[in-house]
Amino acid sequence: MSLVHWYLLIAAALWGIGCYGLIRGPELLRRIIALNLMGAAVFLVMVTLSARTEPADGVLHALVLTGLVVAVSATAFALALVARTLSEPT
Amino acid sequence: MSGDFWFDALLGVLLLVLALATILARQLAAAVMLYVVFGLMLALAWARLGAADLALAEAAIGAGLTGALLFSALARQPKSITPPVRISRMELLPALVLCIAMSAVLGWTLWQLPLQPAHSQLPAALEQLGSSGTEHLVTAVLLNFRAWDTLLELLVLLLALLGSRLVAAPEPAALQHWPLARQWSIRLLPLLVLVAFFVLWRGATAPGGAFQAGALLAAALVVLRLNGQLPALRFDMWWVRALILAGVLAFLLAGLLSVWLNWQPEQAVQWLRWPLPLAKGLILLIELCATLAIGLTLTLLVVGERKELTA
Repeated sequence: MSLVHWYLLIAAALWGIGCYGLIRGPELLRRIIALNLMGAAVFLVMVTLSARTEPADGVLHALVLTGLVVAVSATAFALALVARTLSEPT
Repeated sequence: MSGDFWFDALLGVLLLVLALATILARQLAAAVMLYVVFGLMLALAWARLGAADLALAEAAIGAGLTGALLFSALARQPKSITPPVRISRMELLPALVLCIAMSAVLGWTLWQLPLQPAHSQLPAALEQLGSSGTEHLVTAVLLNFRAWDTLLELLVLLLALLGSRLVAAPEPAALQHWPLARQWSIRLLPLLVLVAFFVLWRGATAPGGAFQAGALLAAALVVLRLNGQLPALRFDMWWVRALILAGVLAFLLAGLLSVWLNWQPEQAVQWLRWPLPLAKGLILLIELCATLAIGLTLTLLVVGERKELTA
């Protein structure tokens, strides 16, 4: 088994773990973390695929870098929404 | 069985264990800490896969700032009204089966991928590298070949900040400042600022760049702010607003400048294509503005709008 195959399998398992966490919860904050885990798995797939060539594919790296910042933006907004939800008496 | 093999094997298993522990940890605080550790290990895996830029970014943004964001969200979680939620095993069984099945299908699909990419942008990108104004491929892709992506990414960051402001909730009580942390943050500040600008400057020739530098700058500001050593930063302040908008504006103006400079009648408009003599200067200018904007935006996302309790 090559390095690439190994990390691809890890990414697939990671995605499953994140998906399970998203369904299980129970807290909203943990669901957001689980969503981030799933995102990390997707990024891992992309980075692993970029490692197939020598040198590693910088074009894919740049896309993942963009994705990272978008992910952190989305997380920040989601956390702000959660904070608002918690502060409103229902 | 070389050392490398065992390193990758261990790292992969560690990633899975950390992810599982994050999901299953009973305490939310433990889950957040495990997630930060997971992020750092992921950065290590990316470094192993030859993605040094991403390892830097993941350590600074993915693990560091997301961790800080999650911790400040944790402080907002009501302590008294969180009953230990009981989840019955039987109810979760379908979800477990579903996730394992999807994971298996995904793994099987990924396994089928050829080891040699059939179609790669890499040769074309390397060929163009000489005319991009920077010697590092990732920087060239981000700020020249696919500058559109980066411009829109800065907009997404700005939107996240504006959205968070709109739904901002009342703030929790101020923290107690720990003397040791205060001393450390003062000692670390010059180092962090220095490293941030070094990473930015290095981005032209080696792994590094605006996003990593911005995240480091944000880390320095967040630490200072949390220790109460920095006056409150708010989006209402004109200079904060100006610096944050400068990131997008510098990019837009450079784009318009490139349209004007590349203008040739009866040809398609060349938007965001830097003419070679100006390329290096323009990229550096955009990166500098973007670094400051990213640093301030991320800082405000983590600790911003925290109103002084006395006011």
